[in-house]
This record gives sequence, structure tokens and C-alpha cells, in this order.
Amino acid sequence: MKKSVFFGALTVASLAAGAVAAGTMDDVKARGKLNCGVSTGLVGFAAPDANGTWNGFDVGVCRAVAAAVLGDPTAIEFVPTTGKTRFTALASGEVDMLARNTTWTFTRDVDLKFEFVGVNYYDGQGFMAPKSLGVTSAKDLDGATVCIQTGTTTELNLADFFRSNNMSYEPVPIETNAEAQQQYLSGACDVLTTDASGLAATRASFENPKDHVILPEIISKEPLGPLVRHGDNQWGDLVRWTLNALISAEELGITSANIDELAKGTNNPEINRILGTEGDLGAMLGLDKQWAYRAIKAGGNYGELFEKNIGENTPIGLARGLNAQWKDGGLIYSPPFR
Amino acid sequence: MRETSYVRSEMLAEQAPPITNVGPIGWIKENLFSGWLNSILTIVMLVLIVIAVSAAFPWFFNGIWNASSLSECREILKGDTGACWAVIHERFSQLMYGFYPNHLYWRPNLAFVLLFVAVAPVLFNGLPRKMLWFSALYPFIAVWLLWGGPVWGVVVALLGFVIGFFAFRFLEPVLGSLFALILGVLATLIWWLFLAGPVANGLAGIVPLALEPVESRKFGGLMLSMTLGVTGIVGSLPLGIVLALGRQSDLVIVKSLSVGFIEFIRGVPLITLLIVASTLLNVFLPPGTDFDIILRVMIMVTLFAAAYMAEVIRGGLAALPKGQYEAADALGLDYWKAQRLIIMPQALKISIPGIVSTFIGLFKDTTLVSIISLFDMLGFAKAIQANAEWQGIVWELYVFIAFVFWIFCFSMSRYSMYLERKLQTGH
Repeated sequence: MKKSVFFGALTVASLAAGAVAAGTMDDVKARGKLNCGVSTGLVGFAAPDANGTWNGFDVGVCRAVAAAVLGDPTAIEFVPTTGKTRFTALASGEVDMLARNTTWTFTRDVDLKFEFVGVNYYDGQGFMAPKSLGVTSAKDLDGATVCIQTGTTTELNLADFFRSNNMSYEPVPIETNAEAQQQYLSGACDVLTTDASGLAATRASFENPKDHVILPEIISKEPLGPLVRHGDNQWGDLVRWTLNALISAEELGITSANIDELAKGTNNPEINRILGTEGDLGAMLGLDKQWAYRAIKAGGNYGELFEKNIGENTPIGLARGLNAQWKDGGLIYSPPFR
Repeated sequence: MRETSYVRSEMLAEQAPPITNVGPIGWIKENLFSGWLNSILTIVMLVLIVIAVSAAFPWFFNGIWNASSLSECREILKGDTGACWAVIHERFSQLMYGFYPNHLYWRPNLAFVLLFVAVAPVLFNGLPRKMLWFSALYPFIAVWLLWGGPVWGVVVALLGFVIGFFAFRFLEPVLGSLFALILGVLATLIWWLFLAGPVANGLAGIVPLALEPVESRKFGGLMLSMTLGVTGIVGSLPLGIVLALGRQSDLVIVKSLSVGFIEFIRGVPLITLLIVASTLLNVFLPPGTDFDIILRVMIMVTLFAAAYMAEVIRGGLAALPKGQYEAADALGLDYWKAQRLIIMPQALKISIPGIVSTFIGLFKDTTLVSIISLFDMLGFAKAIQANAEWQGIVWELYVFIAFVFWIFCFSMSRYSMYLERKLQTGH
């Protein structure tokens, strides 16, 4: 703790009142650290390992942004946020960006005054039930008790789904994913509902995964993406195009393995523009030419991040599905770097 | 003449009481099977205990200590019951120190050991009184050890108290105690706010004696709970005494301020205060303000505990017979002397169980900080469950955390019983 804190945090507060907030990017550069809001722990997306290093798919986005702005993917202060504290943390400036599997919705974008810079995972809400229950479709769930996480869009989707199908249900509200698993396994509810990615991860951790089925219906659209505050477009652009750089890198075949080779110059002008050997896109963002090179180098391109953290070879074992590149029939699509 | 006596001339040797009334059998008969109802209850409880122990025992002792993931544990167990203690083994340092840098673990360890040295003379009055000087210095040493940075920051903070004390001493004969007190506090504040910073920087420039600084965000696990708990306990007792006296005061402003504070804090849940401290304050404070999160939480926890403490001590004050107050007056003691020599020692003694309960409650309440995404042990339990390797593990983590808390809370409660016995003056 800085010693100034002891001498009167309140004076600091009153003295600093005069200071006008500079742009987020200047703040980050001056601080030398990116404050990135992540989840307090979500399998595959964000969790600290035994050494206290944060890993995960969302964390990968933070690392890419830190690498682009500061040149160091480890210059990050991870601020864990819960479903309830995440938006205040971002709005109050405690974090510079939020990469915390947050669903992009109208009200969050417009009313809460945030800017979603893109989508890094297309999710959808699904149901899991024990095989012994004998249900094959979510339409059979009339009268079921449902374990559901509070304070999320999941809760609202569930109400909508049951109402539009004229069915009744009894909600069992729970706070965290770990608690949800326990409640579900102990039989406190018939069905567990959350994002399909979460269901897959949860099921994979069970002692007997085969005793549980994930029902085929996906009842909602959950585009999850990083977000920043309204009103600082330069910072918003930077986070958006860092994410786009990761996506384009996969599309163009830039990987963390061959990036040094490609950075020497290629015949593909778009690769050259991304990696800064042609044109000067970085200057338009207020960065140097190598920004995207560093972002991709930090943890690999979008596909590499996916495979490493949540892909089919991990215990979570998610297929690319909707999250494949547009060329492969998915929805992941970056605007051109031009 | 032969003496004949019709009464016994010597005492019969004492006989042992019947075997059924003494020893283990007697104890069992008296305590467990003293009637048909108690006998039935005893048998039912025995059966329940046997069932519970036989269910839990294999789980505890069949546990796996070396594995790198839950699925590995399951493979080793091959379907047997057994705990996966490997998670505690792997994440032990995280549960204890949070994100604190590995190579600096000696600092919290040292602070922890010194804590006992500092607390011992307060708890046991058989120890040399000079050790109390160390106790008074300990908070500053601990802050320096835990947070690091130049030693001068702590030294000048300490100097603030010294300056305030001397200002009070020199002004008291001239201005009277009230004005001297006010001016003393003012002098301290002026020193802290305006002079301490430059002086500390100047000294740091001359003698750069510093430890590697560690940010508050790196604090976690048991260490975070201890830091918050100890600060809260140390801060809330004096604050609570002042508030309790304030509430009983005849001065209208002092009284209404105390009542207002106590009732406000007691009327609001701790979680609300924590959320105000962590997120709402950020909205009100100007952007870029660096108001340390742990300091904010410490202040809130201390204020919260102080309000409860005040009411506990007020209970003690109310239990004192009015005669004690009148006796103090009759001896010609002024207000503070009466409080210090007659009222408080008795009131505090009466309140010991309540005070210790508040301490225990406060220590356990520190786990609530996981709501505002500080990682105490419970926060880490969730984060550990979010790792692909340990997803689905529940009981082991919570059993361990419960055990750690139990050790601390149980020792506190045993100490309070010891203290009550020691201070027992009734016959």
C-alpha cells in the first residue's frame, strides 16, 4: 500500500477532484498496467492457476490488449468481478475493460452506457437433465424445478421460454456455477440451465458424465464479448480491433508459431497491414506499427486461444460450432484491415 | 476383670463404594443411563454417532494427497470413497497467502509470529510490562512487513502520534484538557496531511531502507482474513468503548452523534457497507483516486464491529450498580479517572463473553469480502473450482476452510473462558 494512503486518503480524494480524466489509453500507459475485469472464476474462461496466474479464453483477450498497448501481456491487474459488481466496476473506472463473458444486450449497450466491442463467443442457453428423468426435449419440462443462476440473462430467458410455451416451472435460484453443480447433483432440481458452454464444462466434470444429457434446444442467443465504457471511442476502437486482429489472424493463417516468419513481409497485403510491414494502421489507433503483432504473439490467434482454453482437446471439450470462422460455416467474422 | 464392651471400640475400615457407583461404570450409570428415557436417548445417539463416524471416517482417511486433478483422484480411488485432499495440497499456499509473491512469504509469516509476541503481554499479565511497547509498535511493523515500501512512510505515520502526544502534554497545563486534546489531534492531522509525505520522501532519499512493495490486490486467503480481522478487533474495541460512553453521555451532541452512528451502522447489513466501500465509493471519488481497497474494507469492518461493540459494552455499563458510579464521585475522581479506575474494569469484565462473541463474529464476517471480489479463502474456493482440473470439487475445500476458521474461533473462545475465570471475584 502506498504510504500516502495512511496520511489521508480523503485528502488525496479532494485534491484529485480537480484532475480531469484523460483518455483511458493515456491512463493505461501512464499506469503501465491494464486493469482488466474478469470473472471470479469460470471454467475455461477465467481462473487463477496454482501459481496465481490467470488463464482462460476471456483472459486471453485481456492479454492481447495489454500486449498491444503496453507491449507486455503480463502487465495486467486482473480485477475479479461478480455478476453483480461487474457493471459498477466498469462504470466507475475501476477497470478499463471487461472481458467477462457478458451477454451483449440492448439495455446493457444503450441504457447502461457501455460499448460492446465485438463478440468473442457465441453462446446460447441450454438445459441439462439426468438421463433417468427420461426427457428428450425442453418442451417436456412442464412443472420441472430448474436450477438457475441469478442476476444473469439466463434467468429472464428461462421465464420467457416457459411463458411462450405455456409451461410452468419452479426456479431454484443459486449464486455460482460451483453451487449449481452441487445442487443439481444432489437432486435439488430436475434440470440445470445455463449457457451451453457452461453446461458442457459442468457435465465434463461429473463423475459419470454419461448419466446426464444436454437437451437439444437452445433457447436464447448469448453473444458474449468484451466491453468498455461509452464515450471513449479511441479506447473502444483499440479493444475492438485487437479482438478483430485475433480473429483475422486465424482467418489469414497467422499463428503464434509462424508470426515471426510472416512479420518479415509476405505477398498477402492484409497480413502485411496487420503485422505492420505495410501501411501504418497502428498510428491511427495511437499505437506503433507492431501492436497487432504483439497482440497475436501474446496468446496466439483466436483459434489458438479457443483450442488451448475451451477446445475439444481440453477437459471442457467445446466444438467450434457457431464459433467457427465464417468460411467454415460459423459466425466469427472480422471486418477487413484496410 | 475382663472388659466387655457392647459397642465397637474401633472404627470399621472404610469400604470402597459399590462398584456400580464409582469409576467409569458409576459415571456411565449416572450420566448416560439414569432412567429409561435417558437410556433410550443414549442408545439412539450412540447409533447415530457410529453411523456418522463410519460414513465420514473412510472418506477422511482414504483421501488422496498427491494428484494434479480431480479426475486423477477419481482414477486412483477407482470408485472407493475418499476425499481428494490433493486440492488442498496443491493450492495450500494460495489458500493461505492469496496472490502474495512466493519469495516474500516470509514477510506475512514473520508478521504472524510477531503478532503473538505483540498480543501476549496484552492477553497474559504475567509477562514483563515492557513488552507492551512492542505491542504498540506492532501495527506499524506489520503494515511495513505486509505492504513493504520504504520504512519511512511508517515511521512518519508513527511520528504523527508522537507529535500529537507531546502537543497534548505541553498544552494541557496551559489550555485545559479539552482544548489540548483538540489541538493535539489537529497537530497530528496537519503532520499527516501536509508534512509527512515530503518528510518521508526526503528521508527515503537519504536512507533508502525499503522492502519490495506488494499491492493490496495481491493479498488473499487466510492472510487477508487475518489482516482484516486483527485490524477490526484492535480498532473496534477502543472505538466501541468511546461510542458506548458517548451514548451514555449527558452532552447532547456527543450523545446524538453516538446514537446516530450506532443505530445507522447496526441498521445496515455488512454486505451493503462492503459494496459501498468497493464499488459505490468509486463512483463518488474522482477518477484516478487511489484509495486502497483493503484499507476501505478495513475501515468499514472496523466501524461495523465498533457499533456492535458499543452496545455490548453499554450492556456491561448498565449492569453496574449505580453505587459504583456514586462511589467514584464520592472519592472525588474526575470523569476519565472514574471510568479508567472503577467503571470500565468492571464493565469490561462483565462484557467479556459478548466482546469475544463480537470478535469471533467479526473474524468470520471477513469472509464476506468474497462478495466484493477480494479473494479470501472462500473466494479462492470458488476460483479453484473454476479450474478445469478441480471443477466439481466441493467438500474438501469447505471442510478445510471450516477447520481453519474453527481453530481460530475456538482459541478465541477458550481464551475468553480463561479470562473470565481469572477475573472471577465472586465466591
